[in-house]
Amino acid sequence: MSAARIPPAGTPGGSILSVRNLHLAIAGRRRHTPILRDVSLDIAPGEVHGLVGESGAGKTMIGKVILGIQPSRARITGGSVLFDGADITHLSERERRRLMGRGLGLIPQDPMTSLNPAYRIGGQIADVLRLHLGMNRTAARARTLELLHDVHIREPERVLRQYPHELSGGMRQRVSIAIAFACRPKLIVADEPTTALDVTVQRQVLALIKQMQAQEGASILFVTHDLGVVAKICDRVTVLHGGRVLEAGDTRRIVEASQHEYTRALMAATPRHDRPGDLLQPVPETLTARLDEEALAYDAAYAAAGTHDG
Amino acid sequence: MSWSFLLRRLLLAIPTLFGVAAIVFVLLRVVPGDPIAMLIGPGATERDIAELRRLYGLDESIALQFVYYLQDLAGGNFGTSISMRQDVMELVLGRLPVTIELCLVAMLVAVGLGGAMAVAGAYWRGRPGEAAVDGAAGFILAIPDFLWALLFILFVVVFALDGLPISGRIGHDVGFRGATGFLLIESLLRLRFDAFGSVLLHTVLPAFALALPLAAIIARVLKTSIAEAMTQDYILMARVKGFSRARIVCREALRNALVPTVTLTGVQFTFLVGGTVLVEKIFSYPGIGNMAIDAVINRDLPLIQGLVLTFAVLFIAINLLVDMSYALLNPRMRHG
Repeated sequence: MSAARIPPAGTPGGSILSVRNLHLAIAGRRRHTPILRDVSLDIAPGEVHGLVGESGAGKTMIGKVILGIQPSRARITGGSVLFDGADITHLSERERRRLMGRGLGLIPQDPMTSLNPAYRIGGQIADVLRLHLGMNRTAARARTLELLHDVHIREPERVLRQYPHELSGGMRQRVSIAIAFACRPKLIVADEPTTALDVTVQRQVLALIKQMQAQEGASILFVTHDLGVVAKICDRVTVLHGGRVLEAGDTRRIVEASQHEYTRALMAATPRHDRPGDLLQPVPETLTARLDEEALAYDAAYAAAGTHDG
Repeated sequence: MSWSFLLRRLLLAIPTLFGVAAIVFVLLRVVPGDPIAMLIGPGATERDIAELRRLYGLDESIALQFVYYLQDLAGGNFGTSISMRQDVMELVLGRLPVTIELCLVAMLVAVGLGGAMAVAGAYWRGRPGEAAVDGAAGFILAIPDFLWALLFILFVVVFALDGLPISGRIGHDVGFRGATGFLLIESLLRLRFDAFGSVLLHTVLPAFALALPLAAIIARVLKTSIAEAMTQDYILMARVKGFSRARIVCREALRNALVPTVTLTGVQFTFLVGGTVLVEKIFSYPGIGNMAIDAVINRDLPLIQGLVLTFAVLFIAINLLVDMSYALLNPRMRHG
């Protein structure tokens, strides 16, 4: 990876996004269920940051909190999310809307359901350009064509007038990528952007995201369960389990010499192109059980600390 | 949407209409009540009555009467009204535009009012505004159209709202006789705004009485439908795009919520058309609904048959229009 671009870790001033000791719980009838436990991560300008974990690790929730689209029952019980130096966890609806487009973008997990079936492709790209960049119809159309060209869509003139149901999954994900990059945001959350795609299309889409990122200079928080993908595209990685950060660091170091047992187990469970003969090992149940216990112990300690403080 | 689809539906309408004609024809002759007795004076002799029965073909067996009736229908002859002694077709066609205009105005009111309530309820989801919309819809729905008509008249009388007419279709002082029965449309096209205003004012109360129950149904269904659309991924995308809640509800969700609502509105619209029978009578509004009541009271068999067939044609036409509108609303159904 192009390590030269990244400022050394641990320079909070240089971060475009800084998640600080974030705690989040889902409010239930009787009690809160903790989802995120003391999560911290920093993303520098131009950095592609992998967020890795199994389903239920809370990785998608972190992306949602950053975008302000977490479910209404999710409560931020501690910590902060600094974007461009300002806390964005408690913005009003109006302030939040101003942040979108030019500040934050999203590449969704499932392109089949993320485009509005009732409107043409062209309109769904042009509307953000008109809203955030104040473009008129003609300028927005020209820029839309340019974006479709950038994401390697053939016959952009025709696709402009088509509806989502007329495009393949890969094409739709390219359109989603065009929307995400349309207003040149500083940070894009890519929420498992290749999971719902055909294996043959996955590599192309991955390459496209990397290319657009290099071209536009945006930072990306790349949420995935696939360490193989992380190795290809990410500068740094944060490994998450049970809503806790287990390990974080440069991709090369994590992949080649991980300090944490869980990361190594995850690696062993990931198919590798350079070693196709390896047998895949599932993550041992004793390990996940121990990690779950640690998480519960943490909850108890956090609750006790909160009671003492209050 | 294709011509073969349209042709097939039009062909299917023929057996439907035949069935309607047969059922009405037999029912009218089985239930008690004699048109001749309604027509003739109390001093008539048995011979006079028998003579009249023969004249109107009522002395034959029901099966034979039906065959003659079908023969006439095939020749475009709907028979002669017993009570008014005029051609049924002429009578119905003279009144039909009145009811069509009334129903269209009522439909506009229902869609506008119901749509606004649905959007407001969806916008204020989980807040007091939504409860207010639900309550209003429930209240409106609890009162049927003819009762709304009576309530409106009561209101106008009690509060002496002289500006709101409660009877007829156009003011007597307005000298406007249209070439067609479509007074509302014709007066507008001829720029006779005085006549247009008068007809519109006369139409307000019957139209609202007909529209309110349908508006409440539209409000409920469309609101649920919007709420369902609001849970979809593309709404999350719209939020990430930075759109306002009003824009997300009105543009992103509403458009996708329309299809189920249109189906239901089409079905319910036929009830609205049926409602004209009572509501037109209450407001002395000169449409086919009003005429139907008189026809039934007079046991005017040919006229009742003609009116029922007219209503049947209206219902079939409405359902066909609803089916054709799907393709307009849902791009996924355009190539099929």
